Order: sequence, then structure tokens, then C-alpha cells
Amino acid sequence: MKKLFGFCAVLGGAFCASLPAQDAKKEIQRYQQMIAEGSPVELFELQGEELWKKPQGPKGVSLEQCDLGLGAGVVKGAYARLPRYFNDADRVMDLESRLLHCMMTLQGRTREQATLRVFGNDDRPSEMELLSAYIAGQSRGARMSPGTTHPKEKESYELGRRLFFHRAGAWDFSCASCHGEEGKRIRMQELPVLYKPEHARPVMATWPAYRASNSQFKTMQWRLNDCYRQMRMPEPNFASDSTVALTLFLTATGKGEPYHGPGAKR
Amino acid sequence: MNARVFYSLAFIASAAFAQDVTKVLQRDFHARGQATMDRVVQDGVQRVCTESRDRPPAELARSLEADQMKTIVFPEGSLMGDWKRGESIAQNGRALQWTDKPGEAAGGSCYNCHQLSPQEASFGTLGPSLRQFGKLRGNGREIQRYVYGKIYNAKAYNLCSQMPRLGLSGTLTEEQIKDLVALLLDADSPVNR
Repeated sequence: MKKLFGFCAVLGGAFCASLPAQDAKKEIQRYQQMIAEGSPVELFELQGEELWKKPQGPKGVSLEQCDLGLGAGVVKGAYARLPRYFNDADRVMDLESRLLHCMMTLQGRTREQATLRVFGNDDRPSEMELLSAYIAGQSRGARMSPGTTHPKEKESYELGRRLFFHRAGAWDFSCASCHGEEGKRIRMQELPVLYKPEHARPVMATWPAYRASNSQFKTMQWRLNDCYRQMRMPEPNFASDSTVALTLFLTATGKGEPYHGPGAKR
Repeated sequence: MNARVFYSLAFIASAAFAQDVTKVLQRDFHARGQATMDRVVQDGVQRVCTESRDRPPAELARSLEADQMKTIVFPEGSLMGDWKRGESIAQNGRALQWTDKPGEAAGGSCYNCHQLSPQEASFGTLGPSLRQFGKLRGNGREIQRYVYGKIYNAKAYNLCSQMPRLGLSGTLTEEQIKDLVALLLDADSPVNR
């Protein structure tokens, strides 16, 4: 509904309901372009950079020495190589789980403290959201190439693929229930067929993203969390292996696309 | 090896994978609000549809559909409620999520996937258009039963349908389903005008 209100407002009103489908589609594309042009992602990136450099936790250090996969402190291009296997943690990690790891190991924070508020709200973004804006922004132009060769990466990809097609929950949904068929919509929202490379590429190269409908910056972990909410499933644990596996499956499916996020979504 | 034995073996093998994924979900998910952990355990329909990628062997589908048909509780008398209430149930997308309050009026999320009344331009296309559904089919006893049953348990008619089992899952009450039957079949409903 929110979206329709959005683009009806842009059109200036009442004739919206009588738009033929083709025109409606064009208007939606124009609305999406307007969102992208007015996107405040750079503000989130700047706030994220401040947080990255801010000493925090019992050890009173910043995250600047965090190894995101390309070596301690290397931020440039790091996001485009995630998720990947990390030897020091012996697990496959996405951006958020790696940031959490660094908060715990470098800054000496507990998991409980560091995950107290992983998703922000209207009033205030979360630390994870701001950090992910900054880190992802440092990969603009880099081709998405997550880890797919280590045995644990292969295992994670395979789990992600199985989860994508796994039907469960009160309404019998899998990810593919909504993202499995070409040319479909929920309300006015067009649905990418996320197991197909041509659909996964533009999507995975633009998360994390700014959402115009609620003026918030959102992470990929949030995207999956909110899908499972609407699937009428219980809540996935933040940065759990399941969420990392799904992200790896989707990113590997869309690999090769130059990162051009953080994106702007409706 | 005949087809039935082949499929039985294939399903025994794939059931082991499904169990793995369920165990992973039990490890990686937690209950929140009314979204409890029993929801990650698949029933037979979910398992067969997962493992066959929604293309179950015909014989197995027929027998499981017959089982699902037995779950439908058809009320006595007319199955047509109030199409106006039906319209708001069709609009309402709140039900069974961890952000929804248990006991609060639930909706069927119908417009998420179906076109219904002409004045609602924001409709999804995951399901077929239901414009003029009753105008094309009348509203006799048979079609009332079909619509009621389909909403109550879509899997009784098409095993791996993407449509939720809105009655069986406890999403909608008997009254609410009757209101939706009226939305589709009542001659005065905007769906049929």
C-alpha cells in the first residue's frame, strides 16, 4: 500500500487507479529513479565511517584493525568478497557476522551487548546499519565475488540453496514461493527470481540499502529477517549460519556484477 | 524397478536432507511472539513439495490431496457471508506474523496475490486474477463449496499450490471464510461488477 501511495503522490493523485498496467509500470520506474536520485546513502556512509574509527568496548579500540577478509584494516573492495570463509573463526561469515566477530574480539564486547540493537527504527539507525553503509560503499565498482571454493563455503552455499527452496511455516512458504517465477508481483512490488543470475545480480549488488518508504538504512540481515517474518516463520538468529548461507547462495548466484550500492529501494 | 518403488526410494533419500535442514532451522531460529518454533517442522505436504520442487509424482499428489480434503470442515447451510466484510479481510495482510498481536482481527492477504475488486489497483499476480469470478460461474451450492474449501485448504485441490491453507492454519475463522466466499460469489460484490 505504502508504495502505491508513494507513486500516486508523485503523480498527484486520483487518476492513479485507472492507469493502464504499462503506464503504471513506467511510473513506478520513474518513482524508483527519483528515490535513487534523492538517496541519502552517503550520509549513512559518513556516520558509519565515524563509528568504524570510534574507540569502543572494554578494550577501548576502534574497528580499524578489523580484518574483513583482505587483511587487517583493508576496507576497500572487502564487501564485494563477502560472504567468505575466515580461518580465525573457522566459519563462513557475511559482513554483519564479521563485524560482530570484530566487536567481540577486537573491542572485547560481549555478543549480548553487541547485538542488543541490530536493527534500527525511525528514530535512530543501528550501529550495524551505519557500519554496513560505510563498508559496502567502499566496494563501489568492485565485482561481486564471494567465496565459493573452500569446503565450508561450498557447504554454506549448498545449505543456502536448500533453504531457498525449503517450504515450512504456518503458510507453507519457501523463498521461491515469491521469488521463484518470472513476471510476478506482490501488490505492486515486482519480484526478482533470485535463484537466476540475471535477477540476483542487480539485487545483490545494491544491498545494503536505503528504504524510502520508512527513511531507514537496512542491512541484508534485516532483509532476510523481514522475509521470514512475512513467511510466518519464527525469527532467524542474527548472523546465524542459516542467514549467512542464504546470503552466500544469493550473492554467488549474482556474482560478477560490479557493486553499485548501497542502493535505494522503495 | 517400477515408478512407485523408484519414487519411494527417492523420497526416503530426500527426506534425510529435509531433516538436516529442519535441524539447522531449529538451531538457527527462535520463537518470537506468536511465531513459535513448531512452525519449522514440516508436515507431509511441505516435505513432499520441497523435495519434488513443487512437482510431486501424480499418484502421491492424488493421495495426499485426498488426505488434505478430509481436513476441511464445511459448515451447515449457506456458505455465503457478507462481501463487504470479505473485502476488508482480503485487504488485510496481518496474520500470524511475530509482529501481529494474537487475537487481533487477521486478514487473508488476498490482494497480495490476486486481482479482485476493480477499485483496488494495487494487487499482486502470484495467483490468478479473480475479477468477475462469480459472474462467470454463478453462486450455486457446488461453487460455494469449492471456494470455501479452496480457501480453507488450497492443498486439497493442488498439493503444492503456493496459497496458504487459511482455514487449516488457523489464520481465518469459518465466518471470515464465508465472507470471502461472498466477496467472490455474491452478485452485488464489486468483484462481479
